[in-house]
Amino acid sequence: MTATVTTTVTSTSDIERTPEIASADIVTGRGALERIWETAPGIIGFFSSVDHKEIGKRYIVTAFAFLIAGGIEAMVMRVQLARPNAHVLTPEQYNQLFSTHGITMIFLYALPVLSGFSNFLWPLMFGSRDMAFPRLNALSYWVFIAAGLFIYAGFAIGAGPNDGWFNYVPLASLPYNPGMNMDFYALGMIFLGVSTSVGAANFVVTVMRTRAPGMSIDRLPIMAWGTLTASVANLLVVPAVSLAFFMLWLDRQFNTHFFDVANNGQPLLWQHLFWFFGHPWVYAIVLPAMAMVSEGLPTFCRRPLVGFNLVALSTVATMLLGFGVWVHHMFATGLPNLPLAVFSGASIIITIPSAVAVFAWVATIWLGRPVITTAFLFFASMIGLFVIGGVSGFMTASVPVDWQLTDTYFIVAHIHYVLIGINVFPVCGGIYYWFPKMTGRMMNERLGRWNFWVMFIGFNLCFLPMHWTGLRGMPRRVYTYADGMGWDTLNLITSIGGFVFAAGVFLLVINVLHSLRHGRIAGANPWGAATLEWSVPSPPPPYNFAVIPQVASRNPLWEDHLPPDGPARSVIREGLVLDHGKETIGTTPLDAVPNIILKMPADSLSPFILTIGMAAFFVGLLVHLWWLAAVGAFVMLVALLIWLWPERELAERAEIAP
Amino acid sequence: MSDAILIPEEMPRLPVGPTARRGVGWWGVWCLVMTESALFVYLLFSYYYSAVQFDAGWLPHGHAPSMRLALPDTIVLLLSSLAMWFGDRGVRRGSRVQNVAGIGIAIILGAIFVAVQLLEWSGKDFTPRSGEYGSLYYTITGFHLAHVIAGLVVLLVVLVWSALGYFNPRRSAPVLIASVYWHFVDVVWLFVFATFYLSPYAMW
Amino acid sequence: MGNATTPLSFLQGFGIKAYPVTALTWGLLIISIVVCVIITLLVLIGIWRRRATGAWAADVTPVRGASGMSWIVIGVGISSIALAVTLVWTVVVLAAINAPPTKPGLTIEVTGQQWWWKARYLSDDSSRILTTANEFHIPTGVPVRVRLIGADVIHSFWVPALAGKTDTIPGQTNITWIEANIPGRYEGQCTEYCGLQHGHMQFYIVAQSPAEFRAWWDAQLQPAAPPASPAIKEGERQFVFHCGACHTVRGTSAGGAVAPDLTHLMSRQTIAAGTLPNNIATLSGWIANPQSLKPGTLMPTLYLSGPELTDIRSFLETLK
Repeated sequence: MTATVTTTVTSTSDIERTPEIASADIVTGRGALERIWETAPGIIGFFSSVDHKEIGKRYIVTAFAFLIAGGIEAMVMRVQLARPNAHVLTPEQYNQLFSTHGITMIFLYALPVLSGFSNFLWPLMFGSRDMAFPRLNALSYWVFIAAGLFIYAGFAIGAGPNDGWFNYVPLASLPYNPGMNMDFYALGMIFLGVSTSVGAANFVVTVMRTRAPGMSIDRLPIMAWGTLTASVANLLVVPAVSLAFFMLWLDRQFNTHFFDVANNGQPLLWQHLFWFFGHPWVYAIVLPAMAMVSEGLPTFCRRPLVGFNLVALSTVATMLLGFGVWVHHMFATGLPNLPLAVFSGASIIITIPSAVAVFAWVATIWLGRPVITTAFLFFASMIGLFVIGGVSGFMTASVPVDWQLTDTYFIVAHIHYVLIGINVFPVCGGIYYWFPKMTGRMMNERLGRWNFWVMFIGFNLCFLPMHWTGLRGMPRRVYTYADGMGWDTLNLITSIGGFVFAAGVFLLVINVLHSLRHGRIAGANPWGAATLEWSVPSPPPPYNFAVIPQVASRNPLWEDHLPPDGPARSVIREGLVLDHGKETIGTTPLDAVPNIILKMPADSLSPFILTIGMAAFFVGLLVHLWWLAAVGAFVMLVALLIWLWPERELAERAEIAP
Repeated sequence: MSDAILIPEEMPRLPVGPTARRGVGWWGVWCLVMTESALFVYLLFSYYYSAVQFDAGWLPHGHAPSMRLALPDTIVLLLSSLAMWFGDRGVRRGSRVQNVAGIGIAIILGAIFVAVQLLEWSGKDFTPRSGEYGSLYYTITGFHLAHVIAGLVVLLVVLVWSALGYFNPRRSAPVLIASVYWHFVDVVWLFVFATFYLSPYAMW
Repeated sequence: MGNATTPLSFLQGFGIKAYPVTALTWGLLIISIVVCVIITLLVLIGIWRRRATGAWAADVTPVRGASGMSWIVIGVGISSIALAVTLVWTVVVLAAINAPPTKPGLTIEVTGQQWWWKARYLSDDSSRILTTANEFHIPTGVPVRVRLIGADVIHSFWVPALAGKTDTIPGQTNITWIEANIPGRYEGQCTEYCGLQHGHMQFYIVAQSPAEFRAWWDAQLQPAAPPASPAIKEGERQFVFHCGACHTVRGTSAGGAVAPDLTHLMSRQTIAAGTLPNNIATLSGWIANPQSLKPGTLMPTLYLSGPELTDIRSFLETLK
């Protein structure tokens, strides 16, 4: 299954060697790296590629496709809600729409799009040639799209999830939900959890072990901190939600009694498991995006981020505290006062690390020379939207106030300010910022300004009034509402704003498609930015770096302008060659001292085939075709064996003694 | 923090490809252990969350289950970990015989564990549908059993690779990785055992 | 009364449990708005004052600049003061509303079920225990203990003008309390997503003076009056036949317990848990085809003939 790799130097049987150090020009001139690293063209290449740049772009595109699907769902809902007592949708249709909308945005867009950016950028930021586990990387993408399609298959046949994305029992249990809706969702989420978990493991090991020599912990780009924090958290909490869904599936299919009250089942167990996952998850989908702002804002303010160490620390602190607040989603469930007070306090305190980030960004603007571009506008506006989302959350942290606010449209306003403000806006900024690196072309600035302002105005027109709608008592998750409640005008404005916002997203898509063909050619570093990804051509060659750079500061490309960190200077044009096959350097976790030459796998179909087997397995479970599930499991086993079979080329096998 | 800039004359020899602990596979299996451990934490949390709502009447027959089979089974699993450690030492000493023997014994003992566990299941007078305790018991021990079986498959594959002579003291990462996973499965069992067979004495 | 134009708003409270929370809500709202305005101004003014006009990013030389730590320290410091105030205020309010200042003078057991509300007025005197639905009267100035029962899925009991929300969860009984000090009609709403008709699961708390409340309770305890005419008697017969399996009307043989008690249906201003006002037209329409008015409701469409419908409706109109 593995593609054969032709190398010019075939000493793959080295146990040890002294890696060659040379200049980038000489190495590029040899032409060997291109041949070693390029993916074969055509269908086989498409399904077997393990190139992180390819996988990253696929993640972003697929996530955006889901974003648009979720957006259309929202638009249909807003048509129904624009007037009281409307009959555009039946209750069942509305319930499936709002549930699928939430699931799509939170699971199929918000994390994958950030995974996509991290996937594309991390090896380039770290001075490496690929992620630590390239095939696992491919697997995490294939499983993501397969699981997304699995969940949407239910929606497509009218059996979409209909109990909200949070899926409380007993409403999700068989007596109240006899159709297949919940089964699509439950099995789909377990399926998706595989992608999230292996992706998280990949990020953790990559950042710990595959950085350029000299990139010690204090020289890591801030984006590493955001995604690393999210990944460690995901490793710890994804099993909670997978387990909850598995238990639900067992209750529904095999009459077990985890959640059914008649047999000592515990409905609140669902909520604890779900929210113990759910709260860290919502930080996992914003912390990497905040880190993107922390990457881009300094570039456009022409200075390093203010308080870098504090911002990195606050990222970790937010996630740590984030493990301790899950009960704030359960304040109305009848808990005693002591846990209420404790979780309320924790939810108030968690604001502090976020405040650190906000003031760091504000200070970076005030103490820098901001250059206004579309990317900058998205990054800077995010600060204001972040604060609005943050204060509405702060209000709900106070238990007595939450007892009024929870389950009203105030919360809907809050979640959209934090999700769109802290994820979508930075992502859009990230697109304008890194599109030149990914494609070699600049996006159109004029269209970009229109894109930004239409999105910004539409977004605020839609969601700012929603705070007021909530304070006036409109409950969430209702397919219609009576007139005379004081909500009519507010809902109409919100619906109009939603359509304006959608138009703005449409402009983004137009700009991307237009710029792919007609954008101005970008060089390696069109923004004059500081980090390593801007030292390679745009788009980067398949091997990323002709020679592995050597890093002496946090802002390697700005060292000519900034006072030095220490005695040494970063060296970009000269470094480790590592061209005896697909290779990159492995370094120690804290000080990034090189300690191993890592052999990277060639393109492989195993991840794709493993995914097909996994999909067959879950489909078999869904429709109770146990033989299909068994076949799927068998295919998975075979694919894994092929994948893991020790290979000479990867130096995984002992050499036969001569 | 390091300011080392690489100088060709001072560049050391570096290992090529995965060695036992320096490769990325070692880090990968620990990530796997982390996430699977979390899974068992949530499973056991579900047990304790339910248990504290009730009195001893929640247990089948109102008392802790008998350790008649479970205690010997625990010892079998511990011995199997010992055998695996022995096999791992074997490959690092360069002895293929010790390597294969250790893994082989670990597999046999692991298979005995599975058989005894299934025997215990068949002897229970409640099913997963009998009530919440039944659902929890079979699901938690079942998850563990699934991990044991998966571990046996892994060990079997590593055994085959060992017998084929793929490993030597420098190239032995799969053996070490498999043994990390196997020890993890063993440690998880200790917590599962303590929860079902010992904690009732402490709680009621 | 209550809040006529925005019945579910909680920006104004009408009882001693609501006042401290309303004050806290407004306080946090003001703090929040102030914070948003300050940060937004900082961002806008910063960009305006510091911008490098007309330059391309790569042409502006990067500089290290000042460390800026004082920004973070001052900003976080000031924020922490607001947060500490909030924390203390929160705990104080939580303690204040935890229990009523005097012993509750009334206990009502409220059951949330798809998609209506049942209430049982408890009493030491078993002959005074009253079961009713969707519209509950309480005396002003008296703390009322509310025991919340979950019958099927999780619902949430919320009457915003009087108190925050508490869930009804199957398998456990949650206890809260409310007190109104101004007579009026206060709207409530289920606020935990509970399926198809979560949006049409309202209820009403009617606060009256203690004397009026007692009179209401006495009246509600009366069984339905015997039929005054043959037509009504026929209507009662039809009602028992078609509706008695699910509904109860005391004084007839209709004793179903899975649907609202209708003994004093006409004393209520709405039907179907607030979905429709209670008048001849809506009542007829509801009985004729509940599925078209509240799709998914557990009341089946009965395909009654015109005369049957009229008879039943005429009978119900006597249930004052």
